[in-house]
Amino acid sequence: MADKLVAGTDAIAAKGWFKAHQWLILRRASQLSILVLFLLGPLAGLWIVKGNLAASMTLDVLPLTDPHVLLQSVLSGVVPELSAIVGVVIVIAFYLLVGGRVYCSWVCPVNIVTDAAAWLRRKLGIKTTSQMAKSTRYWMLGLTLVLPIVTGSLVWELFNPVSMLFRGIVFGMGMAWILIVGIFLFDLFIAKNGWCGRLCPVGAFYSLLGAGSAIRIVAAERESCNDCMDCFVVCPEKQVIKPALKGADKGIGPVILSANCTNCGRCIDVCAKDVFQFGTRFNNLMVNASGKQRDDGAQHSV
Amino acid sequence: MGMGLGFYAKQAESLPAMAIRPPGALPEEEFLGACIRCGLCVRDCPYDMLSLGQLGDQVATGTPYFYARTDPCEMCEDIPCVVACPTNALDHGLTNINDARMGLAVLVDQETCIAFQGLRCEVCFNICPIRGKAISLEYEHNVRSGKHARFLPVVHSDACTGCGLCEKACILEEAAIKVFPTHLAKGELGRHYRLGWKEKEKAGKSLVTPDVEHKYNLPEGVRYDLQGKGLIVEPEGQQTKPFPSNPLDRLNRGLEDQ
Repeated sequence: MADKLVAGTDAIAAKGWFKAHQWLILRRASQLSILVLFLLGPLAGLWIVKGNLAASMTLDVLPLTDPHVLLQSVLSGVVPELSAIVGVVIVIAFYLLVGGRVYCSWVCPVNIVTDAAAWLRRKLGIKTTSQMAKSTRYWMLGLTLVLPIVTGSLVWELFNPVSMLFRGIVFGMGMAWILIVGIFLFDLFIAKNGWCGRLCPVGAFYSLLGAGSAIRIVAAERESCNDCMDCFVVCPEKQVIKPALKGADKGIGPVILSANCTNCGRCIDVCAKDVFQFGTRFNNLMVNASGKQRDDGAQHSV
Repeated sequence: MGMGLGFYAKQAESLPAMAIRPPGALPEEEFLGACIRCGLCVRDCPYDMLSLGQLGDQVATGTPYFYARTDPCEMCEDIPCVVACPTNALDHGLTNINDARMGLAVLVDQETCIAFQGLRCEVCFNICPIRGKAISLEYEHNVRSGKHARFLPVVHSDACTGCGLCEKACILEEAAIKVFPTHLAKGELGRHYRLGWKEKEKAGKSLVTPDVEHKYNLPEGVRYDLQGKGLIVEPEGQQTKPFPSNPLDRLNRGLEDQ
């Protein structure tokens, strides 16, 4: 899988620039508009959403709470208020529907940084790989959950670049930009997609949370694949594509079922043949039930 | 690595003496486990006096605090910061702001406090939201001038909430009265200590052989009240004059006394 310097040129030629970037644009719009919603209060005095990603209050009625942070807090021995419990139930329900790592690709501000690092890496043709094991992030996750039990304090939240960047933008950054620059340089020069793909325990948490989530990317038109490899180049978790895209012979369905897929939709963008589309995990069932390799069920998807 | 994080955390979590937690904050160790760093208390403070610790600050990243000298707590009756807290890091059991114990005001420097120089100030006493209870003025003889009183502010920990309004109001360049976290400000008597007079009160009687009442050898018409007014000179009219106008009375009394 040699990295191409520019992925998606075929797609731009076939579909036009806008169609070849539509999910990327939507994702950036989502990430930025969430930030803007939180910033309207302090900057313009328009208090639609208060707080930050750890816990927020929308229009004084809708509480939302980050399950990973709240879990750490509960493990340190806290009984949360009702608003936090309601907030966490809503958030969990949402990610069970749309996919846990949608948090990573559609909400998390660090994603913009690491995507930029990955993009620059491709542009500059940097090939360095000192990759950690894929399981590292789960060890990190374990650490973030054990430390509150042992120390009685939210140790991870002293370092967590995800909450620190978002909180920094909304409340004031301090020296947190050093961490963010560190992650950028780490992803750029040391490990490809190293932070989001190997280390980040927040992403690990959300991938476990959404392991059985409903909305999925489906390689519905996988037989039209012309092996251009563009999807593998842009995908931040490229190991998730292969079973769905190339598994037809082994009887594997076209749905990308890996919990690590972030539902970012970039594969849909860069595919000149429109192989991928958003669907649900139940698209696989339809394939198996009808005994067909071709999946018609995915046609009615989002 | 976990150990490393843990050790760093211990260091990063030592709250600097001047940073005060919002009302209802759990004891620091529990607070650091309970606070999820969401900043909702900061947002719901109508006076906008709370800040969140940032990386590089001495306060644990993302946790709320205030500095009394610049932004003291205004002690809202409805305590919106506590209501906003989703995790009880700010204890929702706190419903009366006067029960808050954010810290404790301490008159740290008698050498510069102008009340101790015998000047009239009383700004801390007057600004105190629990006026007269958290800070009282104790009158004391001014030895320097010999004829004035000193009006000394004295903080009482049973009423002081640690809001810090006194520290902000202190007229000195550097405040002579400061709010510290309670564990820094408050002494603690050894647990084996018993104060005799309190034990006596509790038991209703002296627990040891009672003291012999002290007799003062004072001239006639003068009494000494040890635990009250001190030296009492009876008014002229009620005094039996040492030398009555009739010399015979004097002579007769002298004989009776003996």
